[in-house]
Amino acid sequence: MAKTDIGPPDYKTMLPPVISRNYGKWLYHEILKPGVLMHIAESGEALYTVRAGSPRLISTDHIREICDLAEKYCDGYLRFTSRHNIEFLLDDKNKVDPLIAELTSLNYPVGGTGHAISNIVHTQGWVHCHTPATDASGPVKALMDEIYDYFVTMKLPNHVRIALACCLNMCGAVHCSDIAILGIHRTVPKTDNTRVPNVCEIPSTVASCPTGAIRGDMKAKTVTVNDEKCMYCGNCYTVCPAMPIADPDNDGISIWVGGKVSNARSAPKFSKLAIPFLPNNPPRWPEVVEAVKNIIEVYASHARKHERVGEWIERVGWERFFTLTGIPFTDKHIDDYDMATETFRTSTQFKWG
Amino acid sequence: MAKSKTPLLDELEKGKWPSFVKDIKQAAQKSPMAEDLLQQLELSYKDKIGHWKHGGIVGVKGYGSGVIGRYSDRPDLFPNVQAFHTLRVNHPTGWFYKTDALRKLCDVWDKHGSGLTNMHGSTGDAILLGTKTEHLQPCFDDLSAAGFDLGGSGSALRTPSACVGPGRCEWACIDSLDVCYNLTMEFQDKIHRPMFPYKFKIKVSACPNDCVASIARSDFSIIGTWKGKILINPAEVTIYAGSDLDIQKEVCDLCPTKCMEWDGKTLKIHDGDCNRCMHCINLMPKALRPGKEKGATILVGGKAPIVQGALLSWVVVPFMKLEPPYAELKDLIERIQDWWDENGKSRERLGELIKRVGMRVFLKAVGLPAVPQMVKAPRSNPYVFFWPEEIQKEVK
Repeated sequence: MAKTDIGPPDYKTMLPPVISRNYGKWLYHEILKPGVLMHIAESGEALYTVRAGSPRLISTDHIREICDLAEKYCDGYLRFTSRHNIEFLLDDKNKVDPLIAELTSLNYPVGGTGHAISNIVHTQGWVHCHTPATDASGPVKALMDEIYDYFVTMKLPNHVRIALACCLNMCGAVHCSDIAILGIHRTVPKTDNTRVPNVCEIPSTVASCPTGAIRGDMKAKTVTVNDEKCMYCGNCYTVCPAMPIADPDNDGISIWVGGKVSNARSAPKFSKLAIPFLPNNPPRWPEVVEAVKNIIEVYASHARKHERVGEWIERVGWERFFTLTGIPFTDKHIDDYDMATETFRTSTQFKWG
Repeated sequence: MAKSKTPLLDELEKGKWPSFVKDIKQAAQKSPMAEDLLQQLELSYKDKIGHWKHGGIVGVKGYGSGVIGRYSDRPDLFPNVQAFHTLRVNHPTGWFYKTDALRKLCDVWDKHGSGLTNMHGSTGDAILLGTKTEHLQPCFDDLSAAGFDLGGSGSALRTPSACVGPGRCEWACIDSLDVCYNLTMEFQDKIHRPMFPYKFKIKVSACPNDCVASIARSDFSIIGTWKGKILINPAEVTIYAGSDLDIQKEVCDLCPTKCMEWDGKTLKIHDGDCNRCMHCINLMPKALRPGKEKGATILVGGKAPIVQGALLSWVVVPFMKLEPPYAELKDLIERIQDWWDENGKSRERLGELIKRVGMRVFLKAVGLPAVPQMVKAPRSNPYVFFWPEEIQKEVK
């Protein structure tokens, strides 16, 4: 019988000696070049970090290749970042460039530091999820191919955090990203009245609906959906498997912009709707890639140094954001959920676009 | 040459960014499960729809979480992924690894599963992606023998995560790694045996830059901060003044509180006006450092949209000292979880419950005093509740 509740391995046993010696005693850091950080401790010792991109979905053999590199260049010590990047932790500056050379020869992108686009945080999509409105790994790969240059350089006004969630459940919470790519459904769930009585609990199914669109039909032991109130979140399907919502012709992707989590300068903020719908067009989602690239390029050419996407938009105004990006503004952009009125303009202070 | 069975996915092997399709194909060389995953994914690319059925309760002995059940809706075509369950493995705090530990993880997974992983999943766990029901217990047994344990899933405490903190960052105001690891070990039972109304997430960032997005992605956000003066090294300020950095334009003018003055020689900070946003420190790491009295701001309620809408966490304790064994912190977490457990409806997150019953009720229940740091502004509507004890009783 296996031991239970042992918890994760103690992180202290995973730290490279240079970190153990200087734990909590770091003095400053510099970004030596894209993908390379140098941290100097009070003791004068230096830690060099080389950051490389990964597709997040990786095979055990790929992990072993990463291990080989870590053993060759940094005594087997590495870490992963919260954005799925791999970080090699070196104490010898002379090994930095040889490591980068080998990483490059193996097609690892080195970068994602400073004013760059780091890796895209994303969810499972069609690879492993039961509620997705789109794939996750595919759109991410197609987009990163196109914006690769922003990962390996640091030429943007500030860093741009992109995240993708394949449905509103957002198991990769994307709601505070500079640019969020969100899978959405657009049609109401199809209630299977023959299955609901057997596989669903009616009160919890009714309670699952944020807009109160679902009513219990106790006589028939099923539920009815008020189509006009349904905004296709799919939460009922999470609770009740007999209410499938996926619709290959109408599912797709929405784009949200201007969120951030850091407190630097302006407060953390939610991403706001930029594009309500783009089609699912596998394998390379050209409409999505083009739309995100356009937003990045307009931001890059208009924002001031250190402005995040949301800070830039708030300075110039949302009305100008839509003009500059050429994205059409629609009735979908105007909130009609519970705090909607807080977003309506209550002054005559606006720009003409 | 034989025609490819995956023409759509093959398109995603092109391009400069590392390809997940290559990794699935690599795993498929060894694993029939990975091969069928590849073929089923190709079908999804053709049909524009997922081919996984809804859930299914599977697990390992003694645990109610850590395994996500998954079944194909086309087992006739893809029998090797008829069952394709995921194990969430609690990562070493800060995602630090020594390669011998990683290699052990790979060996266990090659023995029992598809050979595919996510390094890492969104909550932070190392994700072992796909195996059959009969492999779950032996896989867990081998993981346990290799020193690993499962993370949280379902209505449980989810695997806590932390930024790199004092491991590599000069801005760390708290030991985010130790706080996270300590809470993880303390709350093993809450992680492995779901007993809450819904999920509960804890994330620890060591400074207001919040590198683990704790304010957006956790019900209980712990964010390092400080009191007192930002430490200034005048010699380094002078060096920055001679560099590409324009101190007036890039540092002082972008300070949200305008608490900095620069006369070309001396940098002055009116610390009483500073809101500790980190901008100046981020730009001048050699010259400026967080103040000496360090601790954390505690915020609660952050979550993604489902069910009632997304929330950012709200300040409930402006400053708490965080030192081992973190008794005050753990006590607060327990009080909050007990109140939520008692009052929350099924699938109601902490933030949604507070929104439903009011912050006033929450604060009283968990014994926290109301302070101005909790709000952007006081209320502007006159719909004010008073407690019965605040009202003068009629004297008969």
